Amino acid sequence: MNVIEINKLSKYYGKARGIIDVSFNVEEGEIFGFIGPNGAGKSTTIRTLLSLIFPTSGSATIFGKDCIKYGPEIRQEIGYLPSEVFYYDKMKVIDLLKYSASFYKKDCTKRTHELAEIMGLDLKRRIEDLSYGNKKKVGIVQGLLHEPKLIMLDEPTSGLDPLMQQKFFDIIAEENKKGATVFFSSHILAEVQALCNRVAIIKEGSIIKVEDMNTLGDVHYKKVIVKGDQLNESGFSFEGVTERKAEAGKIQFYYNGDINRMIKAISSEKIQDILIEEPSLEEIFMHYYK
Amino acid sequence: MNIFMYELKLYRKSVTIWSISIIALLSMFMTFYSNFAVDTAMMDLLLENYPKELLKALGMNSGLSLSSIAGYLAFLFTFVQICLAIQSSFYGFQVLSVEERELTADFLMTKPASRRRIFISKFMAAFAGLLTTTICTGIGIFGSILLFRDGHPFEPDKIFVLLSSIVFFQLFFLSVGMLISVMIKKIRSVLSFSMALAFGLYILSALQKIIGGKILGIITPFNHFEAGYILKQGKYDTVQAAISIGIIIVSLIMSYILYLRRNIHSL
Repeated sequence: MNVIEINKLSKYYGKARGIIDVSFNVEEGEIFGFIGPNGAGKSTTIRTLLSLIFPTSGSATIFGKDCIKYGPEIRQEIGYLPSEVFYYDKMKVIDLLKYSASFYKKDCTKRTHELAEIMGLDLKRRIEDLSYGNKKKVGIVQGLLHEPKLIMLDEPTSGLDPLMQQKFFDIIAEENKKGATVFFSSHILAEVQALCNRVAIIKEGSIIKVEDMNTLGDVHYKKVIVKGDQLNESGFSFEGVTERKAEAGKIQFYYNGDINRMIKAISSEKIQDILIEEPSLEEIFMHYYK
Repeated sequence: MNIFMYELKLYRKSVTIWSISIIALLSMFMTFYSNFAVDTAMMDLLLENYPKELLKALGMNSGLSLSSIAGYLAFLFTFVQICLAIQSSFYGFQVLSVEERELTADFLMTKPASRRRIFISKFMAAFAGLLTTTICTGIGIFGSILLFRDGHPFEPDKIFVLLSSIVFFQLFFLSVGMLISVMIKKIRSVLSFSMALAFGLYILSALQKIIGGKILGIITPFNHFEAGYILKQGKYDTVQAAISIGIIIVSLIMSYILYLRRNIHSL
């Protein structure tokens, strides 16, 4: 069964493009990734599904019901966490969570406290006194306290430290195991790779591809920058290296393959400094879709 | 109900401050009343020497003597109206726009509550806040009259009619403020908008009384519910009141429709 069905959804802001003819389905019980560079239309799609904005054309259904017409009813079973969280500053955390819970038909007290404990959230503090990371935790708790059947996350990890990210993903994975469908957007490929079953890739408002994670799973591009005075460029021409660029005292390339092999291959060089980083999504797609 | 209760709490402080201020204003003015009333003939003579336009602009052309309670109240009621106008337009501009300005709309609108429910709850809460202020204004008016009337007579039934006009007066500013706030993309400063609406319409009404002209008078509630007229006749000016109520209904319906269709953008 499809939990989300999106059918030729388009949104224009005046003449500016939001999304164009977006169509894809999210099946029940899966973790579905939605990736694309910033400004590609991820948030527009998610906000339309939540009827925060209204589509110019096309339609979408959630749990088989039109997401605009039956919005309030559908949202009983949706948990949403935006990338930037804002809550009523003057409220205490517990009051905000209680207010949040009061919208749902079930009793959420137990789950609220469970989640707050896992996230290490102090319930007695005022929202305005919280750090950004702590506000984000409030966001996570308020999004999940009613044990939703569909969890929608819009770039959820921004502002969370790595430890918290891990905890967060553990909770999401656990909710998924209990039966919740997860739909989450990101611009970090590694994050999506770690968690998702399937993924839709959006670029400039259109879906380029909907793919099984197994296909994308083999892609592990790393961006490598090596610094040194006596680097020998020919020493960097092993398998998996692409886009090699050499400047004075610096060689930069992308590498896709076994990291151990690369380390071995460059160990004979005299290196002053090395930087290995996750390439941006644009950089990956530049290679991947060449 | 939960949104209504939450919203209602937000108004607690503001309603208290406005109510106390209005009661203080009324009491302060009424303490001077006995001085005015001491020599009725003198007072009326003095006012006759004032330019007619000034008296009109201050709403003292109703034929009521300033030395009577009704006349004095009609005069000072304008100041109460200005306070009420600022408060009501502030709530009007604030009530629907605050979530977007403070970016909490994402929280509220992704909850299982329809826009309709949000609109009605928010409107009712603002209205309840204003109604409380009206009741306090009534207490202020009757209290200060009883305390400072110095034995002069007054007609409570006509004052009750005047009090009831406050409700429409507030609804006018509330609904027009709401309509403007959903018509424009973003309201950055609620206070400047509400001051502009309240004082703008007051000045318009004063101008209209000096230079005349029917059309000018049609759009300002300071004309629709003139204290002098109500306190003298004991009823509303039917046509003027109907215009006001018409504007209120149209503004409410239009803001409701626009709010239901409004796109809530992220940062």
